[in-house]
Amino acid sequence: MNKPGAWETVIGLEIHAQLRTRSKIFSGAATQYGAEPNTQACAVDLGLPGVLPVLNAEVVRMAAKFGLATRSTVAPRSVFARKNYFYPDLPKGYQISQFELPIVYGGWLDIELDGGATKRIGITRAHLEEDAGKSLHENFHGMTGIDLNRAGTPLLEIVSEPDLRSAQEAVAYMKKIHALVRYLDICDGNMQEGSFRCDANVSVRRQGSEEFGTRAEIKNINSFRFVEQAINYEVERQVAVIEGGGEVVQETRLFDPDKHETRSMRTKEEANDYRYFPDPDLLPVEIDQAFLDAVAATLPELPEARRQRFIDAYGLSADDASVLTASREQADYFEATVDASGGQDKLSANWVMGELSGALNKAGMDISDSPVSAAELGVLLQRIEDGTISGRIAKQVFQDMFNGEGSADAIIENKGLKQISDSSAIEGVVKEVIENHPKQLEQYRNGQTRLLGYFAIRNRSTSCCASCLMHDPASLR
Amino acid sequence: MHQKTLVELAAGLRQGEFSSVELTRACLERVGRLDEQLNCFITVTGEQALAQAQAADARLQSGEAGPLTGIPFAHKDIFCTHGVKTSCGSKMLDSFIAPYDATVTQQLNMAGAVMIGKTNMDEFAMGSSNETSYYGPVNNPWDVQRVPGGSSGGSAAAVAARLVPASTGTDTGGSIRQPAALCGVTGLKPTYGRVSRYGMIAFASSLDQGGPFTRTAADAAIMLGAMAGFDVRDSTSVDRPVDDYRAGLDHSLEGLKIGLPQEFLGAGLDSGVADAVTAALAEYEKLGATLVDISLPNAALAVPTYYVVAPAECSSNLSRMDGVRFGYRASDPQDLEDLYTRSRGEGFGPEVKRRIMIGTYVLSAGYYDAYYLKAQQARRLIREDFLKAFETVDVIMGPTTPTPAFRLGEKADDPVTMYLSDIYTIAVNLAGLPGMSIPAGLSDGLPVGLQVIGDYFAEARLLNVAHRFQQVTDWHEQTPPGYE
Repeated sequence: MNKPGAWETVIGLEIHAQLRTRSKIFSGAATQYGAEPNTQACAVDLGLPGVLPVLNAEVVRMAAKFGLATRSTVAPRSVFARKNYFYPDLPKGYQISQFELPIVYGGWLDIELDGGATKRIGITRAHLEEDAGKSLHENFHGMTGIDLNRAGTPLLEIVSEPDLRSAQEAVAYMKKIHALVRYLDICDGNMQEGSFRCDANVSVRRQGSEEFGTRAEIKNINSFRFVEQAINYEVERQVAVIEGGGEVVQETRLFDPDKHETRSMRTKEEANDYRYFPDPDLLPVEIDQAFLDAVAATLPELPEARRQRFIDAYGLSADDASVLTASREQADYFEATVDASGGQDKLSANWVMGELSGALNKAGMDISDSPVSAAELGVLLQRIEDGTISGRIAKQVFQDMFNGEGSADAIIENKGLKQISDSSAIEGVVKEVIENHPKQLEQYRNGQTRLLGYFAIRNRSTSCCASCLMHDPASLR
Repeated sequence: MHQKTLVELAAGLRQGEFSSVELTRACLERVGRLDEQLNCFITVTGEQALAQAQAADARLQSGEAGPLTGIPFAHKDIFCTHGVKTSCGSKMLDSFIAPYDATVTQQLNMAGAVMIGKTNMDEFAMGSSNETSYYGPVNNPWDVQRVPGGSSGGSAAAVAARLVPASTGTDTGGSIRQPAALCGVTGLKPTYGRVSRYGMIAFASSLDQGGPFTRTAADAAIMLGAMAGFDVRDSTSVDRPVDDYRAGLDHSLEGLKIGLPQEFLGAGLDSGVADAVTAALAEYEKLGATLVDISLPNAALAVPTYYVVAPAECSSNLSRMDGVRFGYRASDPQDLEDLYTRSRGEGFGPEVKRRIMIGTYVLSAGYYDAYYLKAQQARRLIREDFLKAFETVDVIMGPTTPTPAFRLGEKADDPVTMYLSDIYTIAVNLAGLPGMSIPAGLSDGLPVGLQVIGDYFAEARLLNVAHRFQQVTDWHEQTPPGYE
């Protein structure tokens, strides 16, 4: 085993965020996920002879948003370049990307470390490029199928400085970027569909060393958990290689999520010479201050500002504010719940982080697909506050709401869950219970006071709230 | 009828002297009879042409006709034409039926022009003699033992032989002007960005520009008027209104300042060509122009610069010809590598391969700065030379080519000598300027072209300058023997 503390890990991430435009970066074809193969690929996406790319202006706005949100420079002039290599799912034999002059460069964002400290992570650059298609190797009888629906989908490739020092930091950074692009509404963040994925450059060096070790690039990791596993495996592998007297070779590796290991894909010697050069079919992208001002005006409140406001305005703890602002959807949901509940901020926070999150997790759903809307949840919270139901009953009502049985009020009404506050009605029920259980009453009267709980349970089974009886044990005398 | 210019044919159609169907039939008949010895056409689209002619006749009768309505023309086989084979002169695209129209094709269709076929060309427009075509060389109608020039050899020869009154071409390093000169017709390469490149199969994207071949400048004004214009589908096309090219044709040339680059009139220039150019310049003086010696000091950089930039771009542009989605595909590929290497190895001819290899080399890691970047710097110098010249002169003139048409096979084995036949035209592409070649004389019975170069978007001026010359000379009316 390697000696803990002897090695330092150095990680840089390249995150590919698919921009959520309706059409592709250089053609008018739709970008919707999951369509029949090759039904969303036009002549331009197919790379037919004679076709030309035309830049989708929306991607420039989206990249500029990201640049502003990460305190980066949005380049007044950026240039598309061709990255040349042959592959069947790359129709033109080159990918249009940006090389020497990216649209965004030189920014940063802070990540929170365990223990509450923050660390600043540099963003080297973010550039625009087109995605390739997909090669399908199954069900083609030894041949390969090509689906070009994804070809030409816009990507923002976000490259970090090698500032990350552990798998945990890498995940924290990736989550931060994930939340940010969703806040900015420039990427849907769907990792299963590949809308948000990353390559990790990993190397190790002796503690205190100034020079970087030789790095391996782990390609195409599409979950936070896999990033952590892949980096941890890779660090152990590299340390073992060096401590075994070997040398780490510069190479591209793939992570196998089933075996939790990385394996070599190609070495530096086998790497392509991409022969980048400026794409003569596209003009340089020129951005002036007026454009940037217009984009700045559309920026939403960003996660950090929102987190601080949640602490100041709602009196939430720093931790709760962090959790609630981790995604824009969740923060929006929380604030809508506060509104609908008549301003019950802490109760809303507890319910959103507690019951709602739990139910969503269990159902494997995203908050944006929640069967209970923030407005509906707000009404439920009002019913707690105005004493219609207890917090415990509210959880039951919530489950019913989540299962699609209707609104809070309808469920309370239909199931008769209302707390009874009319004392004569309560007395009637209590009397009925007592009369139906003379034996237990006798025992209680003989000093077995713990039977109070028994009556409470009976009472509940007759659909009256236990607390009615609990509040007035005198009726049992 | 085949001796009439486009302007005369348009008038005849309007006055009902003949119909477009009759005119189209006459063209098709002439192509059928004469093209065997010339090989101008890769594809003849007789049926479609007659259908278009019928539609044009209806339009003529309804009074909604434009100057091109009903006029037969030939399209260089580099422009995509929906449902018609678009081969680019290559085995690679011998089976390629374009599923869409190029913007230029669409615009000519809208104008009511009648496409009678697709013309032969050097493979992927790479060549100066039309000898690299998969479909065999085109023969020059002035002497069938000689080349018509290239790459738009079929289009130039078809107009020279009076098979069609007009045709389209593309010019990356001289591919309109050089064959126009060698075949004795009028050819115009517009300013880069004036004519949409959408649907025009790319050779070198930063240099390619479509333009017309005609017999006269007045005819070229009509063709260019239909071909030019901003196109949202081509990011490099320029959003600027199209001039009325016919309106200024007759403007006086009194006081016109003509720059004569000394670099274009020195060693290597054939004496017969020099004599014809000198005589043409004397005509211009008679028309009131003054001649001014100028210098384009970086002109010598043009050919080497071009043979870095153009191959670099083409090596990337032609990557899509991979045997996967369209075009030639090697039989029984063993694996992906085999599919690529054999499809491309068997589908491309030697000149195309040579340029792909040069281009791949100059873009490679370690060579990029020395070649590609250097070439971009040279390109800027060449452009600046022209900009400086246009501070003092209105147009620049000189020979289009150093020699008249050479013999078939004469330069085929020596690429560098072949490349030098474009020595006067290439700088214009590198600078993105408009240029024309007009018939200016004969040397030993072979046509000589005068090149006229203008400032950016000065096409109207070029046409005016060419038209006035054609009012006082008849070189453009000379017909190759046997094609009268």
